[in-house]
Amino acid sequence: MCIGVPAKVLDIQNEEALVDVMGSRMYVGTFFVPEISIGDYVLLHAGQAMTIVNQLFAMESIEEWRNILRE
Amino acid sequence: MNKLDLFSDHHLVRQSLAAVIEIAEAFKLEKGRMPVLMEVCGSHTMAFARSGIKQRLMDHVKLIAGPGCPVCVTDQKSIDAMIQLADEPDTILCTFGDMMRVPGSASTLMKAKTEGKDIRVVYSPLESVKIAQQHPDKEVIFLGIGFETTIPILALAIREAEKMELHNFTIWMTTKLVEPVLRELLDAGEVKVDGFLLPGHVSVVLGKTSYDFLMKEYQVPGVISGFEPVQLLTGMYKLIDLLHNQKVDILNDYTHVVKEHGNAVARELLHTYFEFGDEAWRGMNVIPKSGLVLKDQYARFDAKKKFNVAVKEPRKVKCRCGEIIRGLINPEECVLFNKGCTPVHPIGPCMVSSEGTCAAHYQYMREE
Ligand code: SF4
Ligand code: SF4
Repeated sequence: MCIGVPAKVLDIQNEEALVDVMGSRMYVGTFFVPEISIGDYVLLHAGQAMTIVNQLFAMESIEEWRNILRE
Repeated sequence: MNKLDLFSDHHLVRQSLAAVIEIAEAFKLEKGRMPVLMEVCGSHTMAFARSGIKQRLMDHVKLIAGPGCPVCVTDQKSIDAMIQLADEPDTILCTFGDMMRVPGSASTLMKAKTEGKDIRVVYSPLESVKIAQQHPDKEVIFLGIGFETTIPILALAIREAEKMELHNFTIWMTTKLVEPVLRELLDAGEVKVDGFLLPGHVSVVLGKTSYDFLMKEYQVPGVISGFEPVQLLTGMYKLIDLLHNQKVDILNDYTHVVKEHGNAVARELLHTYFEFGDEAWRGMNVIPKSGLVLKDQYARFDAKKKFNVAVKEPRKVKCRCGEIIRGLINPEECVLFNKGCTPVHPIGPCMVSSEGTCAAHYQYMREE
């Protein structure tokens, strides 16, 4: 019953955002991520965006790991 | 390729597997045994089995599934009570889909539904608030099970019902918290673990610092991990690396999703509506302050106070979910596994839940 794939934020109105989840569009609540902006990726749980995915950190962690593997 | 897809890149997965095996072997050489890790979260259990990583690492790392599936840890008596709730006149029971097939002592929600009870599967607790608004002549009850990831959304539903001044909406709270159950497992000392793979989703709310007690009070290390194959492997690698170097630390290996202090908005909302309450866990009796219950001033939204459901002590069954949750046995050690108990005819919640350990073993780890 948990958070699935990241969804891309297309539009924001009040406490709701229109997101794209792997090609399908839906509205999700944004109460827990007031700092959300259009273009962000968010993780969803039971119809709510629970956190903003930091793509930069994602790349950094992949790079860090590649370096460990190369050592 | 989407940046996040890199976490399941085959080449990287193979390299990561080799790295984990290497470090696990180094640990083994030194200690004369495999490292023993517990993945707390049910979604990790499923991800390990589905990706084949658990099978591949069988001879190198002992992975134990922990108590992190909200369906599986719900005790039998609560399940019976929820099914009995459906008998209340003029009610609509709303639930997450996972609960429908969980066997109670005599029935399931699914069975109650086919007998004509109004039970609806919803995707979000907020949907059940809408249903209450549309049916002022009915009592709408949401079965509120879940860990810290889900509890803020229950609070949001109550906030919504409060705003709409609804008098026909309640939640049947059986929520569970991660810290008390980890303490209970460590204090009981029945299961020996070297370190924890900490749940990525619960940590979205709690943040990394909430696990400091593991290192400070129990000297057990932990790594917060994501769910893609590369993330499962990097998390394991970092954890075994800590063990190998005799370092006790809590690391966040899911930094792009989990923040140091979690989600403050969610935690604040929790504290507005809820306070600590004692909760019964399957196979573990009642753990003091291991769940959240509605504060007195919100008692009108509390189904346990509004409806008087008395259930008998459940009859004993051979299902060993209690021991599975405590990490004491593997599903294969249960005599019913793959015999009396299969996903089509489940005996216990560990076989029903999409995050259940028995279901994970049945689907991905059986020897044909
Ligand atoms: S609710 Fe989320 S954090 Fe909890 S067990 Fe399920 S997937 Fe893991
Ligand atoms: S195999 Fe079935 S009966 Fe045995 S512990 Fe798992 S869920 Fe319970």
